[in-house]
Amino acid sequence: MVRRYAIQRVLSVVPVLLGVSVLVFSFVHLIPGDPALTMLGERATPEKVAEVRARLGLDRPVWEQYVLYVGKVLRGDLGVSIVRGDPVLADLLRRFPATAELATAAILLAVALGIPIGVASAVKRNSLVDSLARLWALTGVSMPIFWLGLMLAWLFGVQLRLLPTGFRLESGTAFVPWTNFVILDSALQRNWAVLADALRHLALPAVALATIPLAIIARMTRASMLEVLSREYIRTAEAKGLSQTAVVLRHALRNALLPVLTVIGLQVGHLLAGAILTETIFSWPGIGLWVYESIESRDYAIVQGASLFIAVIVVVVNLATDVLYAAVDPRIKYD
Amino acid sequence: MATLEAAVHGVEAVVGGGRSPAGAAWRRLVASPVARAGLLIVGAFVLIAGVTPIVHDYDAQTDADLLLRLKPPTAAHPFGTDTLGRDILVRVLHATRVSLGLAVCAVAIAAVVGSALGVLAGYFRRQVDLALMLCMDILLAFPGTLLAIAIVAMIGPGLRNSLFAISLVSIPVYARLSRSAVLALREQEFVLAAQSLGGSGRRVLLSHIVPNSLSPLIVQTTLSVAFAILEAAALGFLGLGAQPPTPEWGAMLADSYKYLTSGAWWVFCFPGAAIVLSVLGFNLLGDGLRDALDPRLGGR
Repeated sequence: MVRRYAIQRVLSVVPVLLGVSVLVFSFVHLIPGDPALTMLGERATPEKVAEVRARLGLDRPVWEQYVLYVGKVLRGDLGVSIVRGDPVLADLLRRFPATAELATAAILLAVALGIPIGVASAVKRNSLVDSLARLWALTGVSMPIFWLGLMLAWLFGVQLRLLPTGFRLESGTAFVPWTNFVILDSALQRNWAVLADALRHLALPAVALATIPLAIIARMTRASMLEVLSREYIRTAEAKGLSQTAVVLRHALRNALLPVLTVIGLQVGHLLAGAILTETIFSWPGIGLWVYESIESRDYAIVQGASLFIAVIVVVVNLATDVLYAAVDPRIKYD
Repeated sequence: MATLEAAVHGVEAVVGGGRSPAGAAWRRLVASPVARAGLLIVGAFVLIAGVTPIVHDYDAQTDADLLLRLKPPTAAHPFGTDTLGRDILVRVLHATRVSLGLAVCAVAIAAVVGSALGVLAGYFRRQVDLALMLCMDILLAFPGTLLAIAIVAMIGPGLRNSLFAISLVSIPVYARLSRSAVLALREQEFVLAAQSLGGSGRRVLLSHIVPNSLSPLIVQTTLSVAFAILEAAALGFLGLGAQPPTPEWGAMLADSYKYLTSGAWWVFCFPGAAIVLSVLGFNLLGDGLRDALDPRLGGR
């Protein structure tokens, strides 16, 4: 049953991915006027404009452009940067580790704090702890990431001088990364000084990016725990004389975590979008900062390529979450 | 009692007899401290947005006093001044109308368009439903903020383009919500009753199904406004939303991180605080409305 559901679910992704490609493809056609002229600026020569038009295939009929676009994407060609001429996919992959590292740190932080806060809030329902946790969670989801980032950078970086407010490592650090995952690389190379430095640089952006998922996970855990705690098998467990810790952790939390898992899966998209804002503030050299710079320099190929890349990641992660959920929860209905 | 009330809730809306459901919901709303706090904050911001332009003339084009650049808060300028020597309090107050207006308009458009699509999908089903929901799934594949940023980056910065992008990314949630409400409602007996009395498709849709699917939409609208304020601020911050010198909370933060090391905290602290407070207000109100409009939750 699970296998059939998994196959169905995978197949249902195909039209969505096709639609995503149509949408991203049409981005170029959203540019008002002549895209080639807009990209090159007012002072471009007619020859140069014609050349870019031809390179982008803008001189062909739209459907042909789309077929060409999909063909290129399937072969791993996301176009080239208009400003610098580099292939977009290569740059994307080179910068992705920085974003992945930041997003992973943020989600780990959000789960490690969000679930205990949600559990405490549900167990001590309507107590002072619960009220504070709820208010805090609500403030968390109301927080613009970039503002939180600014405030953190100002407080811990400028006022208290505790943590660095930009880049992944102290400038001038002699370190040759292997995979561009600086934390992983420095640990593998047993370069503890660099590892400590990398963690210090990661701290503020990770906290800023973690805040919203943390708040959402805490709220979801609380709601899910309240639901489970009102079930009869919990009363049975309590009546058996089990300690409260055993009831909460072994009986309630394990069942309450399933919806929380889905919510965690849904956060991946928000983390990648949030990275654009967080990386801008902390000069974090990942995909987000790159997209921000490309918007400023009107390098549309990069905006297009990065959007497609992120959308595909989101679709795949949601697919994986759904299938995992079905595999883990025997109660799920397949239709 | 609570479940009985829920059952009666739908019938009352149609029959119109007994205690009005709207009145009961209002009483539950004001009884909750969370909702009262939300109402108070939202009310204050709406008041500021409405009154500021009437009691105070502000011309963003001419506002600058280079002698007063980056002055910390004083009695004359309680929020300090920015890099052009402009009073930040004045600009935060005038920005309320721009930021709130943008968010409310975007959500209004999204709610109308999205609900209409959802009702159509839910009522006609088959190909209409499939096609519309596929479109919504495609939009949902993008994180909302990313799609809004990408669209505005392409069509060009500005308030009108931001409005378009924020509305577009807010549509799917309404389409899905109203579709599922319609699907659930069309199986209900009062809809069957209306149909067997000879009510036309349109009549059944507009006078029976739509009014009964309103309460989740009202809650969603409040929460969407909160989200739209954040989106608008993000676009403004990236330089894609309101263009200088128009006062808008996000745009006021746009270049401020470059002055971070100079220690001018007031430049970004106050516009950001306005964003957090207004978004918090709408979120509190949304939570309160959910409890008030859905008595089945029993104040959980």
